[in-house]
Amino acid sequence: MIKVRKPGLQTTVQDNGRNGYYELGMPPSGAMDKYSFHSANLLVGNDENAAVLEATYIGPELEFQEDLLIAITGGELQPKINGNPVDLWQAVSVKEGDILTFDFIKQGARIYIAFSGGIEVPEKMGSKSTYTLCGIGGLEGRALKEGDVLHTGEMKISDVKIGASIPEELRPTFSKHNEIRVVMGLCSYRLTEESKERFLSIDWTVTPDANRVGYRFKGEALDFIPREQPFGAGGNPSNVTDLGYPIGSIQVPAGIEPIALLHDAVTGGGYATVATIISSDLNKMGQIKSNEKVRFVSVTLDEAIQARKEVGEKIEKIKEILK
Amino acid sequence: MSIKKEISSPVPGVFYRRPSPEEDLYCNEGDTVKAGDTIGLVEVMKNFYEIKAEDDGVVETFNVKTDELVDAGQAVAILTLK
Repeated sequence: MIKVRKPGLQTTVQDNGRNGYYELGMPPSGAMDKYSFHSANLLVGNDENAAVLEATYIGPELEFQEDLLIAITGGELQPKINGNPVDLWQAVSVKEGDILTFDFIKQGARIYIAFSGGIEVPEKMGSKSTYTLCGIGGLEGRALKEGDVLHTGEMKISDVKIGASIPEELRPTFSKHNEIRVVMGLCSYRLTEESKERFLSIDWTVTPDANRVGYRFKGEALDFIPREQPFGAGGNPSNVTDLGYPIGSIQVPAGIEPIALLHDAVTGGGYATVATIISSDLNKMGQIKSNEKVRFVSVTLDEAIQARKEVGEKIEKIKEILK
Repeated sequence: MSIKKEISSPVPGVFYRRPSPEEDLYCNEGDTVKAGDTIGLVEVMKNFYEIKAEDDGVVETFNVKTDELVDAGQAVAILTLK
């Protein structure tokens, strides 16, 4: 049993996501940085998709009421057990009565706390992930509150040595200036050539409107090609006839302030999506803070698939190391 | 010699010196505050995070104005400890 002494700013139970219901309008939720999420689970011997805690900017304060193996990955947020610093990206043993706290965040935006056995909450539509906008999944469909109690489950599948760690070269690096790879489309044909170039050539600043639903950016206005309003589309040039929004897709309502839709976002609507963040770079996107910069880099679908393959290979390497 | 200490925001976001637009400032420069007193708010991800003094002291200066953006770890005010 784990007692929540302080919840942090926005700490939720997340797993690999509520996949398979997108066409019903149900976004997947799930960990924003899947690489750090899988890594945390592997470090405690869990199935890589077991439920963990995802905390944004501020870590929770937890009291352990059982002996456990835990691991914390993701952004640089120094964890402490009973006031003594412990390493990130490492299997750490905690004893009954130990208290986990965190310092201020230095780099990145989100951390993942995995407990051996995973977090046990009821599955909703095949997932333990919290989707707060709908109030389902996780712990009562909401972020953690002071006084909550978490139980561990049966998702442990292997033994990992206490102190085992993921080597530096397999950990993500963070920067205030980030390149995020995108595949142009589905509706980039709606932008003028000049605006398409501008979209890919300026540094966009992440606004404070940046959460699990989406990230809003500030930069310069973009222009759409004038057109006759099609049947079923809204009157603004940034509108198209409704379509499904790819996860990671970027829309630019009225040509100002692009929004990247992430794991808790609406699944479809009537804005032209001008580009889509490739799945491997969604991990990086989830670690970018408000006020930091993003430059979008256009890649081909083949390059995106190759990048996804490379992330998969890194996870396999981690499994090898922890064997 | 008085000791000065920064009060920092642990989160990035928009800084406010009042609980809401109609209410008074949490405190003014020169005011005495106690450890745990709220001196400002930072709005991020549709949450308001209260910035609190960690010690008793006098608020020397605010480094950030209402509606200005702050970074995670940025000092928003300087406190002279009592």
